Amino acid sequence: MKTLIKNGKTFFDDNFVRKDILIEDERIIRIAGQITDPADQVIDATSKIVTPGFVDIHTHLRDPGQTYKEDIITGTLSAAKGGFTSICAMPNTEPVVDNIATVEYIQRRAKDLGYCKVYVIGALSKDLEGKEIAEMATMQQGGIVAVTDDGKCIQNAKLMLNCMRYAVNFNLPVISHAEDYNLAGKGQIHSGKVATQLGLSGIPALAEEVIIARDIMLAESAKAHLHIAHISTAKSLELVRRAKENGLKVTCEVTPHHLLLTEEACLTFDTNTKMKPPLRSEADRLACVQALADGLIDCIATDHAPHADYEKEREFDLAPFGIIGFESAFAVLYQDLVKPGHLTLERLIETLTSAPAKLLNLKAGILAENSPADLCIIDLGDTVLIDSDSILSKSKNTPWLGQTLAGKVTHTICGGKITWQAEPAAETNEPT
Amino acid sequence: MTNTPQFLGRSVFDLDDYSATEIMYILEAAKGMKEINLREYKKIPTLRGKTICTLFIENSTRTRMSFELAASRLSADVVSFQASISALSKGESLQDTVYTLDAMGIDLYCIRHSSPGSPQLVHKYSGKPVINGGDGRHAHPTQALLDIFSIWEKLGDIRGLKITIVGDILNSRVVRSNLIGMRKLGAEVTVCGPRTLMPSYMEEVYGCIVQYDLQTALQDADVVMGLRMQLERQTEGLFPSLEEYTKHYVLSKHTIRYAKKDALIMHPGPMNRGIEILPEIADSQQSIIVEQVANGVAVRMALMFLILGGKV
Repeated sequence: MKTLIKNGKTFFDDNFVRKDILIEDERIIRIAGQITDPADQVIDATSKIVTPGFVDIHTHLRDPGQTYKEDIITGTLSAAKGGFTSICAMPNTEPVVDNIATVEYIQRRAKDLGYCKVYVIGALSKDLEGKEIAEMATMQQGGIVAVTDDGKCIQNAKLMLNCMRYAVNFNLPVISHAEDYNLAGKGQIHSGKVATQLGLSGIPALAEEVIIARDIMLAESAKAHLHIAHISTAKSLELVRRAKENGLKVTCEVTPHHLLLTEEACLTFDTNTKMKPPLRSEADRLACVQALADGLIDCIATDHAPHADYEKEREFDLAPFGIIGFESAFAVLYQDLVKPGHLTLERLIETLTSAPAKLLNLKAGILAENSPADLCIIDLGDTVLIDSDSILSKSKNTPWLGQTLAGKVTHTICGGKITWQAEPAAETNEPT
Repeated sequence: MTNTPQFLGRSVFDLDDYSATEIMYILEAAKGMKEINLREYKKIPTLRGKTICTLFIENSTRTRMSFELAASRLSADVVSFQASISALSKGESLQDTVYTLDAMGIDLYCIRHSSPGSPQLVHKYSGKPVINGGDGRHAHPTQALLDIFSIWEKLGDIRGLKITIVGDILNSRVVRSNLIGMRKLGAEVTVCGPRTLMPSYMEEVYGCIVQYDLQTALQDADVVMGLRMQLERQTEGLFPSLEEYTKHYVLSKHTIRYAKKDALIMHPGPMNRGIEILPEIADSQQSIIVEQVANGVAVRMALMFLILGGKV
């Protein structure tokens, strides 16, 4: 089966150029200025951009165990709608991904469905308890690409050091959800002006920063690849900058919400502004945007974290932490960072594709001949509505609920198959 | 009065939704209500046929009684729903509780809840006006109104008064609402307590003065308000001992002399005698602590009357 994508502005070698793409089965077989070969289907990408399929190295699919929030079907469909073709699933499922059987279940289920490639990240500690090292080597034989206790944070520095030393044996990156439990306490939102105003307990920036400082020192000692998940404060970025300058293998990711929203969003008590780490101050947000633009932050990750309506629809301090991210990620970033000129479109695409793929050594994220046919087609002139009827995720917990955003993914192709195709834009008849 | 402020159907989540003019209008109305409370027969028929629900998801006998008495004196029917947050989190959600109550025809909710923002949720679910009777550390607007009423009654215009609030500022919803109201009416407010019990950004958020030294904080104060100091803050590692707290922050004859002579002494209650305040001050001529409680009923009557559009 051959698919030809014609007339698009294609992201090729880090630039947008007019190129056609010919796909045969699961691979891209040609990229050229004009391809006139016969094909089974032709997609006209005139006035659209064609990019590598997006890669998200931080997602929660809730399957197995919490399938009332999300499952692998809805999770991967939601990812496809957002333009994602490769995602990494975090291990905090029920049971926890600390064993090869669960690794294989998730991979097999995702592969059978075929909506999006799913890579599995294994637990650092057994049952995420922070007590004993998980069976990383066995899980790696099953295919895990990294290890983390994400959602939790190992408080015991000795165990964290040993986890890192063990992971190095198998070349597994260690992903750190940096949160000191004592400093974070019962905190609900960022320890700042808004927490004072609303009388909500604060999660200080320090709760993140002291663990990042610790983990950088541990990683240096263990010679591990340390990847900081969802970085959110200016001082955390300074710590990573120094580590990188010192030649350590330390990388980090940032979420769309930490790039675009601040603690002010919590003023309405909307539980869809509640997540970990919390939305920080404007100064922190600006530092994140700058760090993404200048390369200090390696990539974007959504931390897609579905929760059922009835879990979020309640008192602020009793609602769970986390928001969904796949379907709004590109559009919010394009609309609020690229369009106003804070970030180039090229850097946005890079940090959504090749950069995250490179971090975890995934065969994804670039458009090249003989590479996997994972790509998406985007109409920057069209809009996407984020509302509870149109969201494909089982959960609707997003702070952008009800908003119309610029930049619509019209097609997602994963492994040569169309996994998402938007309705064609309605003709608008402007009244004269 | 021209431009009569509109209260009909409005909720009272906190005082930030109310202008200085509106706050003064409420105080005037409360003055009339206080007069009713001094009569032999303390009841007027103005809210006959209206139903007021006190929805208390956090224990508070005093505040609930004050709300219920206020409603009764206006001849409204009163129903009371009480639950602990642990029971609520195991069983029915707040949403379902409100749907259930609403089906019984409630006209106004008075809510106390440990979660900040929950009065807004009750309004969202019911569409009915809600009076916040205290939501976590967030707000306690009726307490602030009764405090301001009590000061206004004794000292007149609030503008330019020096008011000092001493104690556990971090955990106090009373302070937060009072700061909003008092600042709106032009008072100069100083908050004082140990650094570990002081929230960050107080000056920026409320335009108040922050002091850690009691003597400095009390200097020339017209009004001094003590706050309840709880033993559990000690076990939370926020200060070493009640003894040490008392030594540095207690309101006593000795410490109060830095304030103006005859400065008003206030406390939202319940008091820990001997910890944040000594009996010699609490029971002194300057103290209006008991009157605050009486004024609480009047202020709540005024709000209910204005919100439900009572007829005189």
